[in-house]
Amino acid sequence: MKYVIAIIKPHKLDDVREALGAIGVLGMMASEVKGFGRQKGQTEIYRGAEYATNMVPKVKVEVALADSLADGAVEAIREAANTGSIGDGKIFVLDLESALRIRTGETGETAL
Amino acid sequence: MIRKFVCGAGALGASMFAASAAWAQEAAAAAPAAPTPDMGNNAWMMTSTLLVLMMILPGLALFYGGLVRSKNMLSVMTQVGAVAALTMLIWVMWGYTEAFGDGGNAVIAGFGKAFLKGVTPATTAATFTPGVVISEYVWVCFQMTFAAITVALVLGSVVERMKFSAVMIFAIVWLTIVYFPLAHMVWAGNGYFFTKGALDFAGGTVVHINSGVSALVACIMLGKRQGYPKEPMPPHSLTMTSIGTGLLWVGWFGFNAGSALEANGSAALAMMNTFVATASAGIFWMLIERVMGHKASALGFCSGIVAGLVAVTPAAGNAGPFGAIVLGAIASIVCYFAVSKLKPALGYDDALDTFGIHGIGGMIGAIGTGVVYSAALGGPSGDSWMGMGDQILVQLETVGSTIVIAAVGTAIAITVAKVLTGLRVSPEVEVEGLDLGEHGERAYNH
Repeated sequence: MKYVIAIIKPHKLDDVREALGAIGVLGMMASEVKGFGRQKGQTEIYRGAEYATNMVPKVKVEVALADSLADGAVEAIREAANTGSIGDGKIFVLDLESALRIRTGETGETAL
Repeated sequence: MIRKFVCGAGALGASMFAASAAWAQEAAAAAPAAPTPDMGNNAWMMTSTLLVLMMILPGLALFYGGLVRSKNMLSVMTQVGAVAALTMLIWVMWGYTEAFGDGGNAVIAGFGKAFLKGVTPATTAATFTPGVVISEYVWVCFQMTFAAITVALVLGSVVERMKFSAVMIFAIVWLTIVYFPLAHMVWAGNGYFFTKGALDFAGGTVVHINSGVSALVACIMLGKRQGYPKEPMPPHSLTMTSIGTGLLWVGWFGFNAGSALEANGSAALAMMNTFVATASAGIFWMLIERVMGHKASALGFCSGIVAGLVAVTPAAGNAGPFGAIVLGAIASIVCYFAVSKLKPALGYDDALDTFGIHGIGGMIGAIGTGVVYSAALGGPSGDSWMGMGDQILVQLETVGSTIVIAAVGTAIAITVAKVLTGLRVSPEVEVEGLDLGEHGERAYNH
């Protein structure tokens, strides 16, 4: 099993959700996060004074997947979240050791 | 038109009825037709008074509160509200008599009306029209709100680091040695600037230059906030600031149109000017932001609105609508450079730009009033006017004197507050926020 974490632009969340749904991913998590990468944050201006705000708002999408779906999901996220401009985000793929559905006690890929 | 004030003229005070019959007859003969207040004028002035109160809590409290960091929101609201309340008490004890009491000299009035002695529902205060009066209690209340908002305005430069106790001590001393004498000099019939012919319809010098310069001196004496200017200190809620701006604008009609002292054409002119000068300044602040390569911002709009209100205050009844529009635009542009260029260049920490907007905007307004007053430019100057050149000289002298009085008086008041309270909160309280450190409460419990 794989655990995919994608940091994307907030306005791309719906596109990513649709793309993952289309390839058969059944569930996902999304949270609002702040961070920076090579873009090094952004500046805001108040009454003519510039404030460097280091953190840029992003959305973090997390999905647990069967091995067979992982590559397709990564590609789907990349396509859906890509705008071609700086700050589009990153995708990380981790090995997922185990999973368990609390209600039934099922484990492994059947629990996803 | 200049405020003309002769308090209690033609009124039969309650004490007179207690005097001997012969003396009472003599008094009646001296003032045979005591004018009675017109109910429409009284009603308008009471409404104006309440509008000015709305500018303090919630107007100024929200405007200033939104501009600080969330850990200091409550301290700002508390400071604004508490100094206003304190001012009201001081006003009825010695403030009213010091500014508008019985006689006195060119700098200060007499103390015969301390604790409102002799003021009754029957006594009256003169307006600009001979024979027209308003109830003296209404005049006392109206002017009370001016004193209350002016001292609250000063606090904008010293927020996020000044002790609450120091704020209260400062208010008592500052009102006594700066505000009350200035109000007397500009607005009382025997006041120094009034007799020179200085134009200040609703408080350009008394309220705005005075509070702005005092704010500058106070913030320099207090020192910068920890981390200023290296750490970002963006406003925590521009929503609140926008709400406060709206309340200030509405309330300002009490300030300006109320200063006609009657519900008449002069009040209507002041109302018109308070609309258009303000609108012009709000738009021009955003335009200058655009010209300087930024986006037109919400805070820019709010700042422009306040700059326009400040600038039109001395000119409200002293300009034509197009004079007011030009005045608002110029004030807005100059204030923009004061807060975005002058402040960083000189390095003082005027936290909420009280000097940059009230001080600078007030000076533009006061000097500009000498120009836009001219009938040739649509103003209401009459044939007896001293002329633009002389008027500008008088305005400049008034502005200069106000700067000196405010600066010296504030230095004394801050020193007294420092000796008695220590002036500044501890570094721990400053980092944790004044809400918890000074008041034991949080503005927001998430």
